[in-house]
Amino acid sequence: MSMIQIIIVDREGLEHKLDAPTDMDMNVMEVCKASKLPVEGTCGGMAMCASCHCYVESDHALPEMSEDEESMLDEAFFVEENSRLSCQLYLKPELRGLRVRLAPESA
Amino acid sequence: MIETDILIIGAGPCGLFTVFEAGLLKLRCHLIDSLPEPGGQCAEIYPKKPIFDIPAFPEILAGELVENLMRQIEPFKPGFTLGESAVTIEKDQENKFVITTNKGTKHRAPIVAIAGGLGVFSPRKPPIQELSRFEDKGVEYIIKDPEMYRGRDVVISGGGDSALDWAIFLSEGVANTVTLVHRRKGFKGHPDSAQKVLDLAEKGKIRFVADAEVIGVNGSEFLESLTVKHKEDGLMEIATDHWVPLFGLTPKLGPIADWGLEIEKNAIKVNTLDYSTNISGIYAIGDVNTYPGKLKLILCGFHEGTLMVQSAFKRLYPDKNLVLKYTTVNGITGFDE
Repeated sequence: MSMIQIIIVDREGLEHKLDAPTDMDMNVMEVCKASKLPVEGTCGGMAMCASCHCYVESDHALPEMSEDEESMLDEAFFVEENSRLSCQLYLKPELRGLRVRLAPESA
Repeated sequence: MIETDILIIGAGPCGLFTVFEAGLLKLRCHLIDSLPEPGGQCAEIYPKKPIFDIPAFPEILAGELVENLMRQIEPFKPGFTLGESAVTIEKDQENKFVITTNKGTKHRAPIVAIAGGLGVFSPRKPPIQELSRFEDKGVEYIIKDPEMYRGRDVVISGGGDSALDWAIFLSEGVANTVTLVHRRKGFKGHPDSAQKVLDLAEKGKIRFVADAEVIGVNGSEFLESLTVKHKEDGLMEIATDHWVPLFGLTPKLGPIADWGLEIEKNAIKVNTLDYSTNISGIYAIGDVNTYPGKLKLILCGFHEGTLMVQSAFKRLYPDKNLVLKYTTVNGITGFDE
């Protein structure tokens, strides 16, 4: 199993270094949930809700945003240039060292 | 008063299939759901998404799954209270549960099955400080009565169909001014509606503020203005009487959380013997429940509903023996009315 480490900054500003497999079809939202970080992922990862909104703080080359993801960010809050839905970021060896900050939770 | 044997809260796939299994035991069901259509998440969030883990369906769209379930349970004539959410629960003298919705509709049954999924779909609220202070004092998350906005200055946020449709409607002689604040130039909503909004903006009937987001609400008792952050121009203030943020729906457990049920992380704890809760006569099935090893799968919800109705039958008819009958033997016998 090939593993990479990614860094998640939670809403309190705490850094979590997570080891994640790149050959399990896992995305960042799932890695966060598996590590009990407070990410909802209500729709299960279909880019159909905006509850896994995050900011990508490292300068990794990321996959293009789909129309679904772009539209769904319309229902997120505090969207920035580096906003993504973490369920659409699949773990690949290229994402080694990815740094992601969780966006504020919506009520 | 609506009377039934099993009152099912939540008309998602799990709640719907439970009607079938109850029907095989000659138990009648009535379903309550806050959404206007049956189907739960399958209908509301992802009707066009294919599902691949329903046994014997290599692939089925979530919307089709709901249609099929509705066909499957039709012989058992379930009742529906749609567009209303279950709010209060009481026990009457006959030891039956009485459940009242937010619109005051009363239901009575000896058995309650909570199949509420992730909960009641409620408007997603922007995480803005002081926002709650202006709720119903200028901030509304749904438009109930458009007449309320006659002659008023209204700001709408969002890029989906409801934001576009209301912006168009209110700009046509209802509101004094309509401003649409949206985070980008494109829209999620229907292309025709999007074009219409852009045309109305061209004509000056709608003020379209793109690449912007409301980040603050201001006023003394009532809403007076919004602080809007524009991508390039920075902060600006827009004076308004109303702000209607339309950012879609998100599920919340809601009033069920206060029914005295044992709750763990927004889910109801159950006994896996029969999916009963800590309150005798109330069961919880599907995504709304939790137990060691729980998987939130439609497949598992079907199983839970099936076992649950067996237990409900024994509770209702303790003296009757229940024999498992295969549908292949005699087919199914529905209810006449």
